[in-house]
Amino acid sequence: MYEVIVVGGGHAGCEAALATARKGHKTLLITGNIKNIADMPCNPSIGGPAKGIVVREIDALGGEMGKNADKAALQMKMLNTKKGPAVQALRFQADKIIYPQEMLKTLKSTKNLELQEGMVEKLIIENQKIAGVELEDKTKILSKIVILTTGTYLKSVILTGSQKTASGPHGEKESKFLSENLKELGFKILRLKTGTPQRIDKSSIDYTQTQEEKGDNIPHTFSYDNIIYRNPKDQVSCHLIYTTQRTHEIIKEHLQESSMYGGYVEGIGPRYCPSIEDKVVRFSDKERHQLFLEPESLFYDDIYIQGFSTSMPHDVQELMVHSLPGLEHAKILKYAYAIEYDAIDSRQLKQSLETKIIENLYTAGQINGTSGYEEAAGQGLIAGINAALKLEEKEPLILKRNEAYIGVLIDDLVTKGVKDPYRLLTSRAEYRLLLRHDNADLRLREYGYQVGLISEEKYQQFRVKTQQIEELLKNLNDTRITPKEEINNYLEQIPSSPLKDGISLYELLKRPEITLENIEHFIEVPYSNEVKEQIAINAKYEGYIKKANKEAEKMIQLETKKIPENIDYDKIPNLASEARQKLKEINPTTIGQASRISGVNPADISILMVYLKRNG
Amino acid sequence: MKNNIEDTIAAISTALGVGAISIVRLSGKDSIEIVNSCFQGKDLTKVDSHTIHYGWIKAGQEKIDEVLVSIMRAPKTYTTEDVVEINCHGGIISTQRVLETILSHGARLADPGEFTKRAFLNGRIDLIKSEAVMDIIDSKSEEANKLALSQLSGTTSNLIKNFRERLKQLLAGIKVNIDYPEYYDIEIITKEKITQELKIMKKELEKIIQESKNSSIIKEGIKTVIIGRPNVGKSSILNKLLQQDKAIVTEIAGTTRDIVEGDIYLNGILLNIIDTAGIRSTEDIVEKIGVEKSLSMIDEADLVIVVLNNHEKLSIEDEEILEKTKDKKRIIVVNKSDLNKNLDLSNKNLENIIETNTTTMEGVNPLKEKIKDLFQLESLKTKDYTYLTNARQISLAKQAYESLKDAEEGLANQLPIDMIEIDLKNTFDLLGEIVGETYNEEILDYLFENFCVGK
Repeated sequence: MYEVIVVGGGHAGCEAALATARKGHKTLLITGNIKNIADMPCNPSIGGPAKGIVVREIDALGGEMGKNADKAALQMKMLNTKKGPAVQALRFQADKIIYPQEMLKTLKSTKNLELQEGMVEKLIIENQKIAGVELEDKTKILSKIVILTTGTYLKSVILTGSQKTASGPHGEKESKFLSENLKELGFKILRLKTGTPQRIDKSSIDYTQTQEEKGDNIPHTFSYDNIIYRNPKDQVSCHLIYTTQRTHEIIKEHLQESSMYGGYVEGIGPRYCPSIEDKVVRFSDKERHQLFLEPESLFYDDIYIQGFSTSMPHDVQELMVHSLPGLEHAKILKYAYAIEYDAIDSRQLKQSLETKIIENLYTAGQINGTSGYEEAAGQGLIAGINAALKLEEKEPLILKRNEAYIGVLIDDLVTKGVKDPYRLLTSRAEYRLLLRHDNADLRLREYGYQVGLISEEKYQQFRVKTQQIEELLKNLNDTRITPKEEINNYLEQIPSSPLKDGISLYELLKRPEITLENIEHFIEVPYSNEVKEQIAINAKYEGYIKKANKEAEKMIQLETKKIPENIDYDKIPNLASEARQKLKEINPTTIGQASRISGVNPADISILMVYLKRNG
Repeated sequence: MKNNIEDTIAAISTALGVGAISIVRLSGKDSIEIVNSCFQGKDLTKVDSHTIHYGWIKAGQEKIDEVLVSIMRAPKTYTTEDVVEINCHGGIISTQRVLETILSHGARLADPGEFTKRAFLNGRIDLIKSEAVMDIIDSKSEEANKLALSQLSGTTSNLIKNFRERLKQLLAGIKVNIDYPEYYDIEIITKEKITQELKIMKKELEKIIQESKNSSIIKEGIKTVIIGRPNVGKSSILNKLLQQDKAIVTEIAGTTRDIVEGDIYLNGILLNIIDTAGIRSTEDIVEKIGVEKSLSMIDEADLVIVVLNNHEKLSIEDEEILEKTKDKKRIIVVNKSDLNKNLDLSNKNLENIIETNTTTMEGVNPLKEKIKDLFQLESLKTKDYTYLTNARQISLAKQAYESLKDAEEGLANQLPIDMIEIDLKNTFDLLGEIVGETYNEEILDYLFENFCVGK
């Protein structure tokens, strides 16, 4: 008998299983193929805008993805460095051999965690409460909690042209009956679609026709452990090419042969990640589309063509690939395909990621309608933490929208649901300025420590950092400079305008042209760059940060106003009918959540609050 | 979300009657801070609870109304929140402006019955007492549900919608640059591009706000003050405009000791004209009060008619009046044009000068034309109504304008574009509230429809 069973060994499953096991709960991770644990079936990269910040958040909370990505780094790049601190994000090209290998090592060395191969086809339920799982060979395994992280494996079908093959990614075995079982239990099932491009033999590419894209000259890490595994000098490069007129002609000519335009696809594809045929049709005025050639690993020669995902039949794919500059003689190692799979309606989940229908059943990752390794891992971690907290009879960890991108992601899922596979974007976060790459630990490490995933030692290191930030801030506020000649001379040569009255160093730092190095002209600042960075960001963007905090405060107030679980919306007079229907469907837990449901107007919230007060 | 229980709300809480004192009431945790930020007098954040304070409500440097402010701190108030009541004396127009000022300092216009609703939600009124009130709120809220699109005219709402469309394109462009930093074939939105767009947008929004001001003029009239030294012919100008002998016109300086009013309609627009006591230094106490009152009227006026005497040289008092009215909408009437010219305005750089003759009707029509011209009354009548209809909309538009100014300031301070985007997005949201479009994935939808992004 296990305390927790995690179904699926992808990025969500690994984080979930590690979290429950590390918190001392006997955990079993069941997956179709142990060799495929933490596989990266699509692009060989981790991070990017918003997503990279999620990886930092996972690390701050005590999850694994950041550390593991650091170990697998092939290329390191900080994005948006010319923009503000709130949108900067890290992205790595990650080795597709090292990443799964290292994750497997970690899983195997974790206490309380067992791995087993098998296909789960049915859930065992007793009185609307989970009791375990049943495998395809009818073996029953019992547990108190089950976390489903099945990725794209539910009734998955691979599509190329008119060909449809029941299969998981890369020919892995799919789960045939689990989604039927979920449907019987009352879950609403969606059909989603995604796709992946071709892999090309590196030696068959003429790189002289491509443009090299290098990594940064300085090392970066996702994890706050700050261990550098890859020397910046040994990074691999990506290469940029563009589609040609000929490519577009081929696509238009064969359009009806693609699964998508031939009408073979039922699932809804992601808007942010259209296939190349979609791009050519929808943006017909564009003369070219850019593609990146990305190496997948140091251990084999597959090159991933980012931007070229398609559901064309194999012979058309040959024509398409050979129409690309430098790829005239390219050898295709794996053909592109579209994949359709079942997901559940995420509005049937609580904020804790426990399902509303079956107690002690949690879901995380693509089964909830998201896409992306990082989105999956973030959910997996939260599902794992909350499953463990449930076993410990504690309140769940629910991250608010002003605390983490993971909070934004989960709140969007359970409040708004998805139509197409959900990807995190910076514009989904209304408090973007608060959710930065640089301050993930300040936002979340305390939670990680409280739930028991951050060790005492690491926590103490973190405490030192926060104390130093406070010290430096106080020091800068307390130290005043006056318009003496020496000081004004120094300021003028920066150049910055001379002082008229005395000001604190903190006020001085607010000037756009003043850096912390300038401040060090006046006092010693014996702190790490991370500490200095926090102070500088706070000084430079104080006005904006204050505004964001004020808005967030209002939101939090609404989050404290709870709605009882058994509320009967039919008994509330005067609710608009659309609002009534939406509220019944989603059953929000707080007034704050209710107010974010589209179709629920401020007046409805008003009526709801009055009703609650009257009957409370 | 638009209407949040955590907002600080404000409304005019007395019936809008002529001559009565009206009260602008605020409730919520920022009430005192908001009023304090536009109050000239004591520091209201430091005064005791349940006390009354004298002072002025100001919009920037401009004094709007002389007021008494009651400060009532939580919890012993009607709503149990911090409550401030502002007793305004200046009539409808200035009370409206006090409200607008409060709204542009961070308060939100209260919904019908919202003060009572808060009193109930915060446990101030018991169930039985509130039952009846609540039913009204319920029904009002339902009405509000149906009234999402306010009473904006098609023209104004289209103007704002077009404006938002422009902003949306800009925002989507910036967002694509942020979320897809390596998409090279996409236009990079530069600071120069934003600066250029900002200029156009500010101008457009300014126009909308300006025309909205003219709109309150349609409803409430133009408050016109005639001002000048004694015996320059103020009263006779009023009389000519009114074509009746309401003001006492005599040859003895200082006859009009109190304020004389009259209404006329110009192109269907109400012109509320006030004749004031002549401005001069005087020892006569009654007249002195009249003079002070005359000067204070200037602040409240929509239009000031300054009357000068053609026959006399520009006096110190005249100069003072010109100085005091220089930022107002102003017409300068040079009266007694039939007498010898001793007045020299040639190096004063003055606009809108009309000459009138005291004894005939000469110059009265040009004066009327000039008034029409200044308030674009012709266009108001003939064009469609392109304006915002209530204080809430006007305050939202002003906040949107302020937000554009923040963006401009951010650019000047070398802030990165994603910070500027926050101000632009704020403008977009505020304008969305005016036209009732608050769907929050609008920009994202636009982005995916119009930019070819993805792996």
